[in-house]
Amino acid sequence: MGSIKDRVAIVGMGCTQFGERWDKSADDLIIDAAHEAFEDAGIDRKDVQAAWVGTTGSGTTGRCLSEPLKLQYCPVTRVENACATGSDALRNACYAVAAGIYDIVLALGFEKLKDSGYSGLAVSQVQGTNREQTKTAPAHFALLATRYFSQYGLSPEEGKKMIGRISVKSHKNGTLSPKAHFKKEISIEQVLRAPIVAWPLGLFDCCGVSDGAAAAIVTRAEIAKNFRSDPVYVKALQISVGHMEGFLRSDYDWTHVEETRRAAAAAYAEAGIKNPREEISMAEVHDCFSITEAVTMEDLQFSPQGHVKEDIESGFFDLTGPLPVQPDGGLKCFGHPIGASGLRMMYEMYKQLQGKADKRQIKNPKLGLTHNLGGFPAGPTISALIVGL
Amino acid sequence: MAGITSYGAYVPLYRLSRADISKAWGIPGPIGEKAVANYDEDTLTMAVAAGIDCLKDIDPESVDGVYFASTSAPYKEKQSATIIATALGLNKGAITSDFANSLRGGTIALRAALDSVAAGSARNILVIASDMRLGAPRGDKEMAFGDGAAALLVGNSNNAVDIESTYSVFDEIFDTWRSSNDTYARTSEDRFLRDSGHTRIVPEAVSIVMKEHNLTQADFSKVVISASDPKQLAAAAGRLKLDTKTQVQDLLHEQIGNTGTALPLMLLVAALEEAKADDKLLLAAYGDGCDVLVMKVTNQLEKVKDRRGIKCHLESKRMIGSYQKYMIWRELIFTEPPARPPIMPVALPASWRDRNWGLSLRGSKCKSCGTPQYPMQRVCVICQSEDQYEPYAFSRQRGKVFTFSHDNLAGAIDPPSTIASVDFEGGGRIMCDMTDRDPEEVKTDMPVEMTFRKLHTVNGVHNYWWKCAPIRC
Repeated sequence: MGSIKDRVAIVGMGCTQFGERWDKSADDLIIDAAHEAFEDAGIDRKDVQAAWVGTTGSGTTGRCLSEPLKLQYCPVTRVENACATGSDALRNACYAVAAGIYDIVLALGFEKLKDSGYSGLAVSQVQGTNREQTKTAPAHFALLATRYFSQYGLSPEEGKKMIGRISVKSHKNGTLSPKAHFKKEISIEQVLRAPIVAWPLGLFDCCGVSDGAAAAIVTRAEIAKNFRSDPVYVKALQISVGHMEGFLRSDYDWTHVEETRRAAAAAYAEAGIKNPREEISMAEVHDCFSITEAVTMEDLQFSPQGHVKEDIESGFFDLTGPLPVQPDGGLKCFGHPIGASGLRMMYEMYKQLQGKADKRQIKNPKLGLTHNLGGFPAGPTISALIVGL
Repeated sequence: MAGITSYGAYVPLYRLSRADISKAWGIPGPIGEKAVANYDEDTLTMAVAAGIDCLKDIDPESVDGVYFASTSAPYKEKQSATIIATALGLNKGAITSDFANSLRGGTIALRAALDSVAAGSARNILVIASDMRLGAPRGDKEMAFGDGAAALLVGNSNNAVDIESTYSVFDEIFDTWRSSNDTYARTSEDRFLRDSGHTRIVPEAVSIVMKEHNLTQADFSKVVISASDPKQLAAAAGRLKLDTKTQVQDLLHEQIGNTGTALPLMLLVAALEEAKADDKLLLAAYGDGCDVLVMKVTNQLEKVKDRRGIKCHLESKRMIGSYQKYMIWRELIFTEPPARPPIMPVALPASWRDRNWGLSLRGSKCKSCGTPQYPMQRVCVICQSEDQYEPYAFSRQRGKVFTFSHDNLAGAIDPPSTIASVDFEGGGRIMCDMTDRDPEEVKTDMPVEMTFRKLHTVNGVHNYWWKCAPIRC
């Protein structure tokens, strides 16, 4: 198998304001994200040779991108891979460039969730025997929390406090992110007092539902400096797709996500990383729920299995800690416009690596990791992408 | 000789105190409580539960038919017995039939089953009576009616109960009725019924049987008479000169209420739970006439006494606690709908393809590595061997909760909606809802059993499937 390491670079990115964008259509979000990316890369829309667009339900076919942007007859492919949709759009774009077929391509992810009329995530229903449709995302991820607490001897109160600190940390970071949906600090007491959404997860354990779009311009590494002096190089692009094994196999422990472990191990191998806890400078992970971030820290080998609590409590993942996680506030503060999230995470890594993250700038980051978890913990689609200078 | 080879029953976990109804309407009412089906139960799911109880140690594939009796079947046009037979896992050659529209339907179905077995057209037939009638709010029937089901397996070998004689009389009278457009049961004047209904026809029919077979009151250790309330029962028993204290089966009116079509068979099950070999019993079921059956208990009865029956279900109960909740469960009032997307209709071809699998909670067992899996997997989740599987039944297996959540977002009728990942004792794992649970009691590793329930109804299609529940008793 080949490696993507240092073969392609990101030379421009854009990201809209995330939130309840009552005033913006999906097309508006696409145009805003793409224009920022074009401008950032110093290119024109006619320079785009091919494009990949990620959305889970806000559009169909490549037309949902070419129509608002008026792309001129170039190939556009719609990508859908649940919450990893944006990351997978970028991955496919990178591969096409690495294959030598194109020099300049666009990857864009977007989602317009707030036209649904519902406060919670209202995803399109799969037809069939319809036995599962009332089971919500919070409930599925709460299953992780219940078992994690039980496995490691945490009382519900101790467990909720552990994951509550994750939300407090991310909300603090979010106050420094102008494009975040939520820019307000919260206290651990607020987290613990909040109404229960799906026991044991309360309101502040859940990320928001919002609208947004983000985009990246990808080129071959050799020509990246023709666009800018500080391109960000792709080090690893890995996806691992589960087969719902955790729903079927009684040996699945509901305290980890196997696909995250596998995608991360493959990404570290591809990027030549031996000790991720030491070598990764920062990460944007899929904190759809606070418990997800907790187990992801272990699955990414940032914390030893069963010991994330110590790292959470010591501030290891704080913005000023040794390995900042969610420097921009994460899904917790940006919400989760599904198709956009992967590229929004990459936007933060890109800005941090370029030293343009303003008040939330991490000191001298070398490698940034993004992680998405699509679907449910018992058999998800996982992306693990690593970029660096 | 055709007789009863096994019995079972089902009483919903929930009870509504009649005092709660009195309090809600500010009216006096009778004492006791009534059994109330959970929001995810109906006549059909209760029938399946009674059937599972009756077939406790009996292979469902060995059962030749299901005769189902009710006045409140979930469909006006579509057979319930086929769904029950599918859920219970009966073989495809089984006879299925619904007996509808009469409170005497349970005994009519029982007589038909006895005839089928006696005629040799079936080795055995599972007779199930289940009912869940509504009395109009603030009325006496709302106070009186309860929900429940009973099942009898009719066969001709190793009978627990021999049926010695049967007698039926039909009698055209407007006693209780519901037109096809009525939601609530109606009844005619009680004094008219006292003189011309139950109190006339039941003693007449029983007397005819006793005279014909040279029987006296003293021959019966127990007489089971269905009646709408204890007063009506006492009147009939008085006319028959029965010893109401010891000889007449209690109506369970204070514990369950009038369960309509299910009542005669539920009372028979309650009587059999107390019966011993050689006891002679008489069952009289009233409704559009009267059915009378004389039966004798054999020493085989002891072998089926491990059923949950009436007794065990009565001991295991939980109070609903409010009349408002009952109104919501029975859809008697319109309440604010959940702020969630509407439930999508079932894809009927998908449901049809699944009829021999999911609907009866059949999964597959890999012939290569032996791992049970639900739902059926053509490619084994463990060893990836392809199309090397055999059907594997999960419905009667117990399991343990591996992890769970109480979901307030799902928009359940009785929130929170509890979901659980359950490991079966024989291997295999399932993700399902948990019902009949007290959220406070749900723990990891708690034992559960599977129960057939209604998930939701869209476009007149009831989506039945299985949920887990704490072990009932």
